[in-house]
Amino acid sequence: MINLLLFPILIPFLFASILLLFPKNRLAQRWITFGTLLLTLFVTFVLLFKVKADGIQAITLGSWPAPFGISMVSDMLSVLLVLSSTLITLIVVWYSFSFIDRDRESYFYYPGILFMLTGVNGAFTTGDIFNMFVFFEVLLMSSYLLIVLGGEKIQLRESIKYILVNVISSALFVVTVAYLYSVIGTLNMADISVKIAEVNQPGIITVIAVLFLMVFGLKGAIFPLYFWLPSSYAAPPIPVLALFGALLTKVGVYAIMRTYTLFFTLDQAFTHELLMILAILTIVAGSIGALAYFDVKKIIIYNIIIAVGVILFGASQMNEPALMGSVFYLIHDILIKGALFLLIGIIIAITGTSDLRKMGGLIKTYPTLGWTYLIAAFGLAGIPPLSGFVGKLLIVQGGFEADNLWGSIFILASSLVVLLSVIRIFIYAFWGEPVKVQMLSSSVYRGLFIPAVVLVGISVLYGVGSEWLVPFMSDASNVMLDPTIYIKAVLGGA
Amino acid sequence: MKTNDVILQTTTKLIFFIIFLFSIHIFFAGHYTPGGGFVGGLLTASGIVLLLLAFDLKTVTTALPINYTVMTAVGLLLAIATAAGSIFFNVPFFTHAFDYFELPLLGKQSLHTAMLFDTGVYLVVVGVTMTIIQSIGADD
Repeated sequence: MINLLLFPILIPFLFASILLLFPKNRLAQRWITFGTLLLTLFVTFVLLFKVKADGIQAITLGSWPAPFGISMVSDMLSVLLVLSSTLITLIVVWYSFSFIDRDRESYFYYPGILFMLTGVNGAFTTGDIFNMFVFFEVLLMSSYLLIVLGGEKIQLRESIKYILVNVISSALFVVTVAYLYSVIGTLNMADISVKIAEVNQPGIITVIAVLFLMVFGLKGAIFPLYFWLPSSYAAPPIPVLALFGALLTKVGVYAIMRTYTLFFTLDQAFTHELLMILAILTIVAGSIGALAYFDVKKIIIYNIIIAVGVILFGASQMNEPALMGSVFYLIHDILIKGALFLLIGIIIAITGTSDLRKMGGLIKTYPTLGWTYLIAAFGLAGIPPLSGFVGKLLIVQGGFEADNLWGSIFILASSLVVLLSVIRIFIYAFWGEPVKVQMLSSSVYRGLFIPAVVLVGISVLYGVGSEWLVPFMSDASNVMLDPTIYIKAVLGGA
Repeated sequence: MKTNDVILQTTTKLIFFIIFLFSIHIFFAGHYTPGGGFVGGLLTASGIVLLLLAFDLKTVTTALPINYTVMTAVGLLLAIATAAGSIFFNVPFFTHAFDYFELPLLGKQSLHTAMLFDTGVYLVVVGVTMTIIQSIGADD
């Protein structure tokens, strides 16, 4: 099955197209989506073990020879990201059954999610820089649908901003790819890597590297290009917010990691230094935001920005522990951000507000919710043995090895800010005088709470079982450290 | 205000078929010369838009009772199914196949799986364009 690596892209795409045929049959929409995602998850597991056993899987579409056709490449990094994206989508869809209202369900909510997953998985898998743009567009178009669906006033206002920012950054993306093509003369990512090494990365390539950083920085929300993110993400309903927060910024982060480890490796004193400085500024800006707001959504959204900074700091160090740490942290962040958004969704549904000052005393009525939230919060802050710890430890270790003491100290200090910001939610919402709440009916509560608990459980296992995951992670970071493995898998020989 | 659009309506009745036939021609010309499903689809859609301009949304939906969302979905399925055919032969996705056949009346012609894919593209383009135009146009 040489096409196996395409299945995580094709299965959601196929079933999303089928779902377009009968939008009003809500029951069928739900269960077909759920089944599709289970199938995709299963196939991705098969692919994961195949990549582990046989190395990088690569295929060039249409049987064209490699640098000319569009290559799709599944290395360990991309397959791990595809796996965690599919998992998080599955759980968010499960949560949506009890959360999303009837109208949204019958106006292409589930096809929208599946098309978005198609785009996300495609962007993680593609080995062609222009094709990556195409998959970015696929996921962006679906996200336009999801952000505006429902047509509430705030959604309409924020979706205009969101679409405008993304259209501009997409235009810039094409311009940047065109620049790169005019200098290098190829679009295949492995081939670009070879050609850049041949010309020894002149100044113009460094300019292109910075342009790529801007393009992906707009999507991935790095400083100072994150300005659009907090208010836009707060507009759509919680499951959509969870998907956006867990996946969309990560696609930008992945693209930065990929381009900065595969293409632009020869002028690290400039490009990676710049990346590191921006990463640290991103952490600082995110920390300020996370502490400044009383709105639970905003607090967690600013935590996304902090996490983006932490991951990119790891990626900018270009040594083994830091890169492995950033892969660890990237997947941890996908899982835990999803879990936290789902949990605060329940808190907002119960209290009817997202303002912390109007909450209180939930621990009396919903004790298990409180303790689950606490575990997730500790996981986010990286308290051992929960999932954030290993990644952050490795990133900091890598930072020290690369003699970036101050950067590493910022990472450590940011953990405290993260802990404080999420514990504030715990203190305000769960302690204190109980305020009047609307009790959710127990079936709705179960429908919301069980998916969230499953996700928190998975993230705990991810932390506790990290020893077992090390071989996978080191495969992922080895490809980033040594681009020749990637190049050989795509172009063959050499 | 009641506008007098007799001239527009009369010419449209004729022109629409010319545009439609031309779009079919462009669609079939696609493989070896400029053209193809995308351009053909846009031309067909522009023909229907001309109908919409000359008449109104209600007349056109009665004359062409097509659910464009379903059309898009069918197009997507056709395209993906054609491309996925390669999976069963265990060759890279999107690999195409073609051969030459003697057809009655037309003589020796090449039949190509890419054309099935292009039919999918054609349907998607018409479907999406018309969905957009109808939902904007219906909203007055």
